[in-house]
Amino acid sequence: MAPILDIKNLRKSYAGGFEALKGVSLQIEQGEIIALLGPNGAGKTTLISTVCGITSATSGQIKVGGHDINTDFRAARRMIGLVPQEVALEPFETVINTVKFSQGLFGKKRDIGAIEKILKQLSLFDKRNNQLKELSGGMKRRVLIAKALAHEPRVLFLDEPTAGVDVELRKDMWDIVADLKADGVTIILTTHYIEEAEAIADRVGIIANGELLLVEDKTKLMAQMGKKQLEVQLTAPLSAIPDGLVSYDLTLGPSGDALIYTYDTNAERTGITQLLNDVAKAGLSLRDVVTRQSSLEDIFVTLVKEDAA
Amino acid sequence: MNWAAIRAIYIFEMSRFFRTFLQSLISPVISTSLYFVVFGAAIGSRIDEVNGVSYAAFIVPGLIMLTVMTQAISNASFGIYFPKFIGTIYELLSAPISFFEIVLGYVGAAATKAWFIGIIILITSFFFVRIDIQHPIAMFAFLILTCISFALFGFIIGIWAKNFEQLQLVPLLIVTPLVFLGGSFYSITMLPPFWQAVSMFNPVVYLISGFRWAFFGIEDVPVMTSLFSIGLFSGLCLFAVYWIFKTGWRIRQ
Ligand SMILES: Nc1ncnc2c1ncn2[C@@H]1O[C@H](COP(=O)(O)OP(=O)(O)O)[C@@H](O)[C@H]1O
Ligand SMILES: [Mg+2]
Repeated sequence: MAPILDIKNLRKSYAGGFEALKGVSLQIEQGEIIALLGPNGAGKTTLISTVCGITSATSGQIKVGGHDINTDFRAARRMIGLVPQEVALEPFETVINTVKFSQGLFGKKRDIGAIEKILKQLSLFDKRNNQLKELSGGMKRRVLIAKALAHEPRVLFLDEPTAGVDVELRKDMWDIVADLKADGVTIILTTHYIEEAEAIADRVGIIANGELLLVEDKTKLMAQMGKKQLEVQLTAPLSAIPDGLVSYDLTLGPSGDALIYTYDTNAERTGITQLLNDVAKAGLSLRDVVTRQSSLEDIFVTLVKEDAA
Repeated sequence: MNWAAIRAIYIFEMSRFFRTFLQSLISPVISTSLYFVVFGAAIGSRIDEVNGVSYAAFIVPGLIMLTVMTQAISNASFGIYFPKFIGTIYELLSAPISFFEIVLGYVGAAATKAWFIGIIILITSFFFVRIDIQHPIAMFAFLILTCISFALFGFIIGIWAKNFEQLQLVPLLIVTPLVFLGGSFYSITMLPPFWQAVSMFNPVVYLISGFRWAFFGIEDVPVMTSLFSIGLFSGLCLFAVYWIFKTGWRIRQ
């Protein structure tokens, strides 16, 4: 099946000449949840804004559901919903009116039933006749989501949806994302919370300095890149690694009472058995042995560092 | 055409108007009454008639034009500037809607509001002075054309403006003087020849003259010239809007 979002060699230079996207290509299948991970200023918002038509591309091609975003912009944009990074709402308008506005703007026939359903789902129904300026920050963010969903988009962009929101809203947000996925909606979210990507995404893309460094299946990514650490905790602290163990890739823990061994889970031999034998030979007595899997965060930091180097 | 979107913008903009409905109506009613007191009663007692029309009646078309022009500009410029200012413009830019449809929604709403206020002033003036409108259809046509063309002009200002000062600059520095010097409260023929000649460069003169002709059948310049000039003005504004649309000037980065 053709990808629902097809970005080819996208470049974007802002008016000042700054190149925020340096040839990004990305294909996203229908029904996927993809998390774009990257530090501030990486180009995540620029990428989303360009797909949505808020900024114009300098070069490259973007298709949504097979529709080119320039030549067939109506069909393309009808499929897209956007929850922007910054909260922007008309302060004196009511919740329900601003959602009605979005529904109409995206060319849908007025459907109050659909709007009420969305408002209930987002716990906004009781506040539907409140003016937006009366709502808390979290509530405003919910309104932005309601506006983005009012025309039943097939592709939803969430630009840092959980930045600075409370735990409850974050949980609600994840539930909504799961519901939408069940309906076959494709979701692209940006975040710099790695736990978020780890928790809800199918695939993870890593962006830094306007380049998409990699896009990979989340589980594969973690398995491929995943290094494990074995921590051998000792009953008595050491001042240096014993001679018999220098051939291993070992570091001494901060207080000297642990040896840390890093190994690759995909290697044919991890060398753990041999290591533990040699530890015993060196006459060290063990208190405990702990293993740790590296998280996306470690992978991310490694990649971004490599890119900067 | 995405009619649902045009309708959505139109309703959304009108709701701003209705939210402050009383304010929107009371202030033109009060200012009109004040103009009648000051110009109609105080000055009118010294000027009997202008071209056979009582002075109090003579100023009505100019009074309507003065308010309608400034209202159309301020409504339209604010209407599109505000989303830029608070950031909600993202939604307009990402919607399946052409720039032309955006213009229709905003300019349509701003023109409607200005038209309403024009009618309110007309009704208010009936309480002060007897007016027989000689060409009612032409009167409505001039009023609607003025509302639309000045709302277009306001829309351009709203796109151009980078801050609230700029938003008020053009109406304050250009439009208000042109309107006051455009024969709202006097006939151009009452001026010395030199100032008459200068006035011919003021586009508002043609609008007010045409509008006044629709009321009383008297004109400072031929009515066809008035029609032509308002057509020219609309055309220039439309072209500017088209250019903004093509280039994304000050809206799309
Ligand atoms: N309107 C703009 N004009 C010039 N530079 C911009 C503009 N918007 C963003 N940038 C720059 O582009 C880069 C990417 O920004 P952005 O896409 O917002 O990053 P992210 O969303 O990943 O934090 C940043 O260096 C930012 O300063
Ligand atoms: Mg961003």
